Amino acid sequence: MELKGRVHQFGDDINTDEIIPARYLNTSDPDELAKHAMEDADPDFMKKLKPGDFVVAGKNFGCGSSREHAPVALKAAGVAAVIAASFARIFYRNAFNMGLLILESPDAAGALKSGAEISVDLDRGEITDLGTGKKFSSQPIPPFMQELLADGGLMAHISKNLEAKRA
Amino acid sequence: MAKPQTITQKILAAHCGKDYVESGELILAQVDIALGNDITAPLAIRDFHKAKAKQVFDKERVVLVNDHFAPNKDIASAHHCQILRNFAKEQNLTHFYDGGEMGVEHALLPEKGIVGPGDLIVGADSHTCTYGALGAFASGVGSTDLAAAMITGECWLKVPESMRFVYTGKLPPWVTGKDLILMTIGDIGVDGANYRAMEFTGEAIRGLDMDGRLSMANMAVEAGAKNGIIAPDEVTLEYVKGRTLRPYKVYASDPDAVYLQEKTYDVNGMEPQVAFPSLPSNVRPLSQIRHVHIDQAVIGSCTNGRLEDLRLAARVLKGRKVFKGVRLIVIPATPLIYRQAMDEGLFTIFMDAGAVISPPTCGPCLGGHMGILAAGEVAIATTNRNFTGRMGHPQSQVYLANPAVAAAAAVAGRICGPEDL
Repeated sequence: MELKGRVHQFGDDINTDEIIPARYLNTSDPDELAKHAMEDADPDFMKKLKPGDFVVAGKNFGCGSSREHAPVALKAAGVAAVIAASFARIFYRNAFNMGLLILESPDAAGALKSGAEISVDLDRGEITDLGTGKKFSSQPIPPFMQELLADGGLMAHISKNLEAKRA
Repeated sequence: MAKPQTITQKILAAHCGKDYVESGELILAQVDIALGNDITAPLAIRDFHKAKAKQVFDKERVVLVNDHFAPNKDIASAHHCQILRNFAKEQNLTHFYDGGEMGVEHALLPEKGIVGPGDLIVGADSHTCTYGALGAFASGVGSTDLAAAMITGECWLKVPESMRFVYTGKLPPWVTGKDLILMTIGDIGVDGANYRAMEFTGEAIRGLDMDGRLSMANMAVEAGAKNGIIAPDEVTLEYVKGRTLRPYKVYASDPDAVYLQEKTYDVNGMEPQVAFPSLPSNVRPLSQIRHVHIDQAVIGSCTNGRLEDLRLAARVLKGRKVFKGVRLIVIPATPLIYRQAMDEGLFTIFMDAGAVISPPTCGPCLGGHMGILAAGEVAIATTNRNFTGRMGHPQSQVYLANPAVAAAAAVAGRICGPEDL
């Protein structure tokens, strides 16, 4: 599977309070949350974002609170994937559970700038800067996790498997 | 001969029916307690119903607390609290805390004896790691993991590598567990322990009371850790005596257990520490701070809203007044702490000083309610995070400190220590 979109670049230690501020956590509706995605890191993010675009960030993306609202907001906003130098532990787990694609690539995180057009080859974990032709590798996603992402997250994946067993 | 293990490995091994687990090994662990609150549990309950689950795995072991935006801050939050209330009733949960029984979850669960040494606890709240202070394995997870744990009583975990932090010497006056953890995060950074266990030990840790230890383990997640842990000793056993609701088990690391890294800090002569905006790792010792004016001081939260914290603040505030124009908000973390503080006369000291006393709630710590900052305002808080916009407007700022420093700052109108007053 290949994805294409533009880069929105952020720095290190982007925390869940910036991804979805707690003042909006009185709802768990994905579309409502999406309106405020990344608001405290960049108030204009949602104006600039086109569905299928990528968030690219430095180290420790998603640190802070365990709120699953963070990957939910990014996914509902239309972010195709987050590419970061590294991810904080709880966010990493939540992202897979929610079906938000995340890629760990310190090289891509260090080189890609806002506005760059990139493509991502999921099977090979390869990120290509379409402007320069430069390629970056990332940790490939194991087939099981790809399946989980394709199903839309852990619960959807579990439900699907349960259905299959019953059938 | 048995292979040496850390306390974290031993607890995880015991919860997956093994004698030994290796760092990096994936295990399906039995959960002693699964915890959710009014922000994270609505998503978990939605998943619970979507999965067509009928019953939680154990009504004694699923704990729900309406503490973040409670007492209900608005209609939407009221709806979330109602979802928990209805679910608790439908599932006949033993441990559901609401209204006058509600306290900040990570102060409430140890106090009530719901968690104890040797337990494995997962909670849909990052500060679940607090319970490591009791010698338990406790880790924050998301709502989906909580839903799975509520249904199955199990959770997939990767056994973390451990880092060992040794604190030698004796803490000077006004220096607390909060200062030890702030200094440590300042040293290793906000991802310095990502995916790892932080094990705290040494003479200075043994000298800490339980409230100070809970503050330390509470902030392990601010260094990215999966869990923070302190092996039980006499202080722990005294604390849990007559309190824990279930039998508990004491574990300790083997002397030759393997650590990824070991760090030693001499705490003799150490100063109180303050984390500057907007990362908990942006830490400086108090003596290096000049002319930071504040608008608000908050003493409370799952980090520092316990009785010893309030006593410490009262020692500073006694006979003094809050600086004109500064708002001091004191938030006892649980109803019991509230009552004890009142009975001890601490409320009189706080009110004479000009403080507002809030009911137990997470409230302003995460910018919920009961003390939100306007653009440009500055707060000092005994809470755990100072990220952009954490306590209100994205252009407000939060400094993190211990309760004595927060109280002193409230009196001086600028950040300083009790000895500067």
